[in-house]
Amino acid sequence: MTLEKIMSDGEGYDDFPAGLRVLAVDDNPTCLKLLETLLRKCQYHVTTTSQARMALKMLRENKDRFDLVISDVHMPDMDGFKLLELVGLEMDLPVIMLSANGDPKLVMKGITHGACDYLVKPVRIEELRNIWQHVIRKKRTEPKNQNGSADQGNDNQSSGEGNGPQADRNGKCNRKRKDEEDFSEDNENENEDPAASKKPRVVWSIELHRKFVAAVNQLGIEKAVPKRILDLMNVEGLTRENVASHLQKYRLYLKRISSVASQQANMVAALGVKDSHFMRIAPFEGLGDFRTFSGQGRLGSAALSHYTTGGMFGRLNTPNVNLHNLSPSTLIQPNHGQSLTNSISALGKVHPALASTNQSQSLFQGIPSSLELDQLQQSKCGTGMSSFNAMDNSRLRNKFSDPGAAINSSSNIFNSSTNMMLQGSYQQTMSGGGFGDQSSQNMASLNMDSFNVGVNSSSSLLDSATIQSSTTQPASLLSTEPFHSQQLPMSTTGNNGFSNDPYLQKNAIDTSSTTMSLPLEDSREMHYQQGLVGDVQNISHIPSQRWGEQGQSYGHGSTATFGSLNAHVPVSGLSHSLDQDSGIINEKMGVFMNGRLGGGASTLMLQNGNEKLASESRAMANDSFLLEQQKIQSVFAPRSYDPLDAMMNAMIKREQDETIANCDFGFDDYSFESGM
Amino acid sequence: MHRQLANMKQTLFDQGYLDEQFIQLEELQDDANPNFVEEVVTLYYRDSARLIQNIEQALEKSPLDFSKLECLMHQFKGSSSSIGAKRVKSECTQFKEHCRVGNADGCKRTFQQLKKEYATLRKKVEVYFQFARQIGPVEKACRSK
Repeated sequence: MTLEKIMSDGEGYDDFPAGLRVLAVDDNPTCLKLLETLLRKCQYHVTTTSQARMALKMLRENKDRFDLVISDVHMPDMDGFKLLELVGLEMDLPVIMLSANGDPKLVMKGITHGACDYLVKPVRIEELRNIWQHVIRKKRTEPKNQNGSADQGNDNQSSGEGNGPQADRNGKCNRKRKDEEDFSEDNENENEDPAASKKPRVVWSIELHRKFVAAVNQLGIEKAVPKRILDLMNVEGLTRENVASHLQKYRLYLKRISSVASQQANMVAALGVKDSHFMRIAPFEGLGDFRTFSGQGRLGSAALSHYTTGGMFGRLNTPNVNLHNLSPSTLIQPNHGQSLTNSISALGKVHPALASTNQSQSLFQGIPSSLELDQLQQSKCGTGMSSFNAMDNSRLRNKFSDPGAAINSSSNIFNSSTNMMLQGSYQQTMSGGGFGDQSSQNMASLNMDSFNVGVNSSSSLLDSATIQSSTTQPASLLSTEPFHSQQLPMSTTGNNGFSNDPYLQKNAIDTSSTTMSLPLEDSREMHYQQGLVGDVQNISHIPSQRWGEQGQSYGHGSTATFGSLNAHVPVSGLSHSLDQDSGIINEKMGVFMNGRLGGGASTLMLQNGNEKLASESRAMANDSFLLEQQKIQSVFAPRSYDPLDAMMNAMIKREQDETIANCDFGFDDYSFESGM
Repeated sequence: MHRQLANMKQTLFDQGYLDEQFIQLEELQDDANPNFVEEVVTLYYRDSARLIQNIEQALEKSPLDFSKLECLMHQFKGSSSSIGAKRVKSECTQFKEHCRVGNADGCKRTFQQLKKEYATLRKKVEVYFQFARQIGPVEKACRSK
């Protein structure tokens, strides 16, 4: 099967790299024979030719015939570099240069001409065993572009709101979204870039992702196959391969989130979108919920899409900010989403997350989630995190009323979670810091109200948390950037319980560990996956702390939130980004999120180092995800703001992660959410 | 017998005629490619014979076209290194250096040296292979013995 198929399906991967189709070009027969044998030994399919012209001819005949080209530099009929250029331009295949001359200048020339690698003769088999990496790498970057373009087009129609986040999420969004969001521009600009690339890449905007999640949820995550998802999504220009690869990422994301989900869910609930921070977290959580709810998948997708698209994830920072915006007011109103998204987009990429959060909120309310979410996100983003706080908890509640559903809908879990988080959590998250304490109450509201409650009170927490994270680690939290700043607002509002500052400090750790945001991470994970890692940590930190403090307050809301967020909050995801370090933290955070943490725990988590948190959050995220579901539905018991924290963290982390990690899944954008 | 073969090979290594690359070649030899090493070496002979002829012709020209010479030698070096012809390879490198600085005499001198090394290598390797063929399929284990 073609490489792409392998990659997209995710199947047949086991065999890989065997079967890699290589074209070897060398005028020296001895070398060529040797090369051919070596490649065969690696179980590759080898075609050889001693003439560059012949090689070009073969390549032009069938572009899909080969995965990789290895060419000698010195050839009589054509310069190796020239061939390299032509292949790169026309076929966009990875080319490896080969030469007996290992002069660094020549090597440099090869690389600048676009060679993926430069081998010096005599070539050893060990070197050839690794060449497949170049192929994968190249293929991975390609589809993204393609998706982007496709997504954008589609998303535009669906809901403008989502646009904002999208842009943020994905610099590749080629589409010009005519969202109401202002920050769509970011997207637009970014969209331009991809356009320049040779192949149209699909950018998984939030909208698109939302659709995707919705489709997946509809089919059931187990039964979701690319073809059917594609059909359900009914998006023009989207290929089965695009969907397949996206699905693969999504699955990974889900796994990550599931651990953090619980935490996130809480967070989301708690956050109620108040703070952008929370929002981020919340969204994550919300996303987590989304996952859980995935059945409903409405929200999720929408939200997630936002998130993902936002590419904000990477920026979580921004999302956080957006969250603020999102939560408070926009809950129901698309504005929120928008603001969020806007803010997010402004932030960078967080928007999507936020927007999603907002959306999630709306979702919860049963509002046409996607739209709302989008709107929320958008509005949220736009307004900036602060708005979140403004968000009515009540609204959040309402929204959350059906968080599950809403969230679920969003296959984008990320989005939804984010949204969810935002919605409920925003409130909470917003408080960030506040969540800790308030979260319990707020959280409760988030569930339905818990978000609000948590959010409200937690908002302070969140804020503090967020802020903390942001403050302490301005860099770390928001590593994605705005995120931190966003967060700050939250925290500043009142560190209710935020002693997050310490968290923030931790943020520093975050940077490395990103996992901190565990609960948030869940949601953040989503985002973080992107690599916010660094940032995430900071974010995560905060949340973690908060949880400790807030413990309960979050519990309520956050739990709910987290539940949803779990799915969303890539806390685990964040962890991912954070990688090891964060992992730990994430997990921890996740724990918090689940409400288990109880104040101390969260703090510990954070303290422990992002790493731990990361991992924890991850775990928690996953848990939260599940918890979220339950919670949300049942106005869960005060879980302790862990979820919120987790969410926050997740969010933070996500952002961090986002930047850090490259979420394959497209949740990169989410990083906003999770990685915050 | 096997030991003898191994000794022969070891001598070749010790004397610097062959290097690790040759071992790599032998490693590539398996059931699917039972005579791989010989095949490659034969290819090398053919290839290098052609190159040597070209270089000789080029060296007779006056003035010398150093870039062309360098190019030819580069090829020679490539194939020599592919089979692990250590000494020949170093002569190639030297030749190229002379070309680079435009040392015509140096080129010619080195080239003579190179031809000698090449001839010696070829002889020794031939003996080696003949012996190996007599013994039977040479497994990798032989090498380690």
